[in-house]
Amino acid sequence: MTVSNPNIATSGAARVFGRLYGAVMNLPERPMRWAQAALPDGRLGWLFVGPNLLIFGIFTFLPIVIDFYYSGTGGTNLLPTDRPWVGPENFASLLDCKNYLDPNSCVRDQFWYAIWNTAEFVVLQVSLMLVFSLITALVLNRKIIGRGFFRAAFFYPVLLSPVVVALIWKWVLQRDGVLNAAFIAGGLDPVDWLLNARSAFGWTVFVSIWAHMGFYTLILLAGLQAIPADIYEAAAMDAAPPFRVFRRITLPLLMPSVLVVLVLGLIRAVQIFDEVYVLTGGGPGSATTYLVEFIYNTGFSSQVRQYGLAAAASLLLAGVLLVLTLIQLRGMRGKGDTRG
Amino acid sequence: MGKLARMLTATRGRGRMDWTDWASYLYLVLGTLLMLGPVVWLGLSSLKSPSGLIEFPPTLLPQEQARATVPNYPNPLPLYRITKGDHAGQTLAEVRKIGLQATMVDPAGPETLIRVPVDDRAKVMRFHAAWDNYTDLMRKFDFGRYLWNSVFITTVATIITLLMNSMAAFALSKYRFAGRDAVFLLMLATLMIPPTIILVPNYLIAAVLGLTDNPWGVIWPAVATPTGVFLLRQYMLTLPDDLIEAARMDNASEWRIYWKIVLPLSRPALAVLAIFSVMWRWNEFLWPMVVLGRNEKFTLPLALNSFQGELTTQWNYLLAMTVVTLVPVTVIFAFLQRQITQGIASAGVK
Repeated sequence: MTVSNPNIATSGAARVFGRLYGAVMNLPERPMRWAQAALPDGRLGWLFVGPNLLIFGIFTFLPIVIDFYYSGTGGTNLLPTDRPWVGPENFASLLDCKNYLDPNSCVRDQFWYAIWNTAEFVVLQVSLMLVFSLITALVLNRKIIGRGFFRAAFFYPVLLSPVVVALIWKWVLQRDGVLNAAFIAGGLDPVDWLLNARSAFGWTVFVSIWAHMGFYTLILLAGLQAIPADIYEAAAMDAAPPFRVFRRITLPLLMPSVLVVLVLGLIRAVQIFDEVYVLTGGGPGSATTYLVEFIYNTGFSSQVRQYGLAAAASLLLAGVLLVLTLIQLRGMRGKGDTRG
Repeated sequence: MGKLARMLTATRGRGRMDWTDWASYLYLVLGTLLMLGPVVWLGLSSLKSPSGLIEFPPTLLPQEQARATVPNYPNPLPLYRITKGDHAGQTLAEVRKIGLQATMVDPAGPETLIRVPVDDRAKVMRFHAAWDNYTDLMRKFDFGRYLWNSVFITTVATIITLLMNSMAAFALSKYRFAGRDAVFLLMLATLMIPPTIILVPNYLIAAVLGLTDNPWGVIWPAVATPTGVFLLRQYMLTLPDDLIEAARMDNASEWRIYWKIVLPLSRPALAVLAIFSVMWRWNEFLWPMVVLGRNEKFTLPLALNSFQGELTTQWNYLLAMTVVTLVPVTVIFAFLQRQITQGIASAGVK
């Protein structure tokens, strides 16, 4: 990468690094040459794809198969051979409810608390985030002094580690925190923000919007800038009223980007975990326990590690995500949930 | 309504500022305060001493009580400004406090002892940054170990990611072979499989391969990113095939073509992937938490999480650790903002 670049390979350190890089990259030369001679034409591609495919096989495809097997087994042993086959029992117990709207009537009440919490979270978080990232994108698309700075400011939290995000807000929201100080200065009573079920829920929504909004703003901004200027000029020629221009031109042409934001936002909101886990730990009670946290708690955090139950819950989550992904694929072709 | 609509539609304002411009700036300034304010507040707070942190209402800047060395007294004495009584307006140093009365001296004339009710005085504060919050991290918490774990995992995983993904992308963009399209589709399909749903079986595989409590357990599952393959393949498709043909004429091996020609030409795409890979690995939380059970293997986010459970009374250290964790990402962003935002806008990658 640096070796053939005369601009970089000027300093001594860069030259040493370049040499090292060249030496390492030369190592496969002989075996690859041999393979090139031995393999029939066109098979060489497999050698290049191979390592990547192997990792995918071991850490993505194989796990899906195991997931299905695990979901039909019980007990707390990790090795599949030590796990008794229980059939659909895990699914049955997860779905065993007298009244699906009332988690207390379910065998796995925590699971249903998690489901309803997640549903409420997803609806609120995605709709609010869509609205605010759309407003921000529209404002940033105007002729604004310091646009680059504002765009960077709104985007910056996206890059922060979720743990950092959670701790930043925990520090603001704690009982002796700066928000309560402002409340007292304003003549209000301090609130234990994260110890009250409703306000803790509200803050998980707010903090996740705070942390991710910039990403969606950027997608919408790119969509706005892709709208050809001459369409607006034509509209101006016809003296179209601004609101109609927004409704008839901007919004329809922005629709593909809005859809990307909507579906990506949904897919990620359903899987919310990191920030909330550090911010509230799922509490108070189970007020902010969402689906992935249920899976983590069931499989990993408690003394009794119920891998089978966790796998079954994972597959139910996978079903939801599959539906969302199919909607996404129908909406626009080619752009997937592009996460590492 | 019309004005609001113009605000929503305008791409280029012209002429004087009207109220929609003011509204836009107001929105942006408030938004910026909301986005950056908490981070700045965290940074300022991390320089406060423990006593400064429990001060309520909190002060903006880190402060401590001013002290003065007074003749005849071995230790520096805390300074107070007297608010009431005979000595109002004077700054005195406290010798001792008994009940509600304090015995104080004037630093200028230390011979006379003055008795002042404690309610009639206020602390004299001065700016003081408690850097020991940071230096103590290394001594008291073995923080260097977590830092090293994070740096190691991030660096190694990124190098392997770049290598593997670019090899795969090279084959998928520059070769024709039976099964190529199937492989590409398979890799794209893995975009749809979020890591959260294969948490349990991945833990089993890591355990069987002996990767639990091991940094490689974080590295290996993460290196074959479908995003990276996709990004690099799309980029390599735009490279002209003539170059490769010419190199073949010169009897260059296919491996040489890959690393001497295709890799250098793909530098922009590799840079974007490198940035993303660093961010992903540096910030990753759930999978490392599952696979790294032992404390001394923890990465920074994991250490932060476990400390926030234990150090609830020592926020000064927790805040300093948080700042150390966010600094590298902030520096990267400050320098590579354009590449990051463009990469995201063009590929929809995060």
